Amino acid sequence: MADLKVSIGALELRNPVMTASGTFGYGLEFQDFVDLSELGGIVVKGTTLRPREGNPYPRMAETASGMLNCVGLQNKGVDYFCEHIYPEVKDLPTQVVVNVSGSTIEDYAETAHRIGELERIPAIELNISCPNVRQGGMAFGVTSQGAASVVKAVRRAYPKTLIVKLSPNVTDIAEIARAVEAEGADAVSLINTLMGMAIDAERRRKVLSIGTGGLSGPAVKPVALRMVHQVSKAVGIPVVGLGGIMSATDAVEFLLAGATAVEIGTANFIDPGVSTKVVRGISEYLARHGFSSVREIIGALEN
Amino acid sequence: MKKEILDLQIAEATSPWEGFVLLKAEPTEGALPECRPGQFAQLRTGGALLRRPISIHNVEEGGRRVWFLVQAVGRGTRWFQTLKAGDCLNAVMPLGNGFGMPGSGDRVLLVGGGVGVAPLLFQGQRLRERGIPFAFLLGARSADLLLQLEEFRRVGEVFVATEDGSAGECGLVTQHSAFAAPYTLVQTCGPTPMMRAVARLAHEQGMRCEVSLENRMACGVGACLCCVTEDRTGHNRCVCTDGPVFGAEELNWD
Repeated sequence: MADLKVSIGALELRNPVMTASGTFGYGLEFQDFVDLSELGGIVVKGTTLRPREGNPYPRMAETASGMLNCVGLQNKGVDYFCEHIYPEVKDLPTQVVVNVSGSTIEDYAETAHRIGELERIPAIELNISCPNVRQGGMAFGVTSQGAASVVKAVRRAYPKTLIVKLSPNVTDIAEIARAVEAEGADAVSLINTLMGMAIDAERRRKVLSIGTGGLSGPAVKPVALRMVHQVSKAVGIPVVGLGGIMSATDAVEFLLAGATAVEIGTANFIDPGVSTKVVRGISEYLARHGFSSVREIIGALEN
Repeated sequence: MKKEILDLQIAEATSPWEGFVLLKAEPTEGALPECRPGQFAQLRTGGALLRRPISIHNVEEGGRRVWFLVQAVGRGTRWFQTLKAGDCLNAVMPLGNGFGMPGSGDRVLLVGGGVGVAPLLFQGQRLRERGIPFAFLLGARSADLLLQLEEFRRVGEVFVATEDGSAGECGLVTQHSAFAAPYTLVQTCGPTPMMRAVARLAHEQGMRCEVSLENRMACGVGACLCCVTEDRTGHNRCVCTDGPVFGAEELNWD
């Protein structure tokens, strides 16, 4: 069997398949469906310094080959995570990465620092790209200067592997990627959701409580692939690719585009067992094409 | 209770009422997982990307065959009308917490409206098996929209309220004389305005009340946090995992 191991900075993954933040809970919710020891890693739900209730219902609208959500970073805050959730996840048989979000640079740095003290959490994914909260999140992620300033502060507060999750809602994502690389990010992950909107014509109303939401699912995959390809050419650090991955073939496409690892998001809602099927499918692809390591196909487009 | 992803084979698919489909299905292999009344399944649909949460209408004696009663309202649910005997249906189940099991001193009124009657049949079966006194109170706009009336009558006593008076008492379920009897617990599923009115009436009459919500959801397992409802303390709770059945007093319904 081909070697599936990849590294994202100092973070070593047994295979390149992780689950995306906000789509897999804390892993615990999916233990009936997935043997977590077969996964590369889990990126757990976005965590903020203080508890957040998120946005009002309705928070979700299905669209053509995709879905919009405006959950708005509902979570119980970093204290609750450290006291109640960390003890539950620290011995899971896979790498657990915490997605960190915030409204101010100080919040980001403080939350990252707190997570950094947890021995069994080897990495954070810094969310500077949530489209669903008015203050912070995407506000930092849409300018090079904003992104750089958050990463600079977090880099000082957090010594372990720092992955920065980028917004696709920008003019030039490669420029943002270069800016966070320059401030010491170990990797970038992309794409977060694309900002969208749904309208109910019969009722003449916006479907989502705050009007807009983030689009995910197969509908965004071509956009994500293009951006992963573009960013992987622009930076020297590893790229984690996500956006509409539903199958092993989709995952292989991201690896070929230049991603070192991938995250599975919306697909977990449709098939809660999909993530490990993707792992097995990548193995089969490598065997079928005669590769001895998954690393041989990273960025290996032939044209 | 372990959740499973399983392939079901359709044994019967019928449309006894315009716009509704009744599916009876069995696992293609192995046993049906143990299910409690009030729990639901996330059914894969060929008509849309996301699964559709559908309550468990009944589990036949022997625990092998499960029933779903689906109202075809959109792309996702209309697809279920195309299923026929022998077709395959993928389900994630059982999900959610289900109705509480009443104690031996309880007298239970199961109040349903529209397609919300579905989980009450299963609950009625269970109450009958346990020897707990209960009755159904089913509401609809008119007699032709009373779903599964014969099945309910096979299980227990049935009261009916129709808005046009074409069957049972004329009016809403909350105006029905059944509420004058000394029930101790009301378990209800149906349109939210109906359940709110039922909860208010139950409270006034000193009866406990459980309500089953059907918020729009994506994952069904507590991960996406899309299906939330606000509780009395102002916190968002997941309908899929904290519910779908809540004590009416837990919710911010006043």
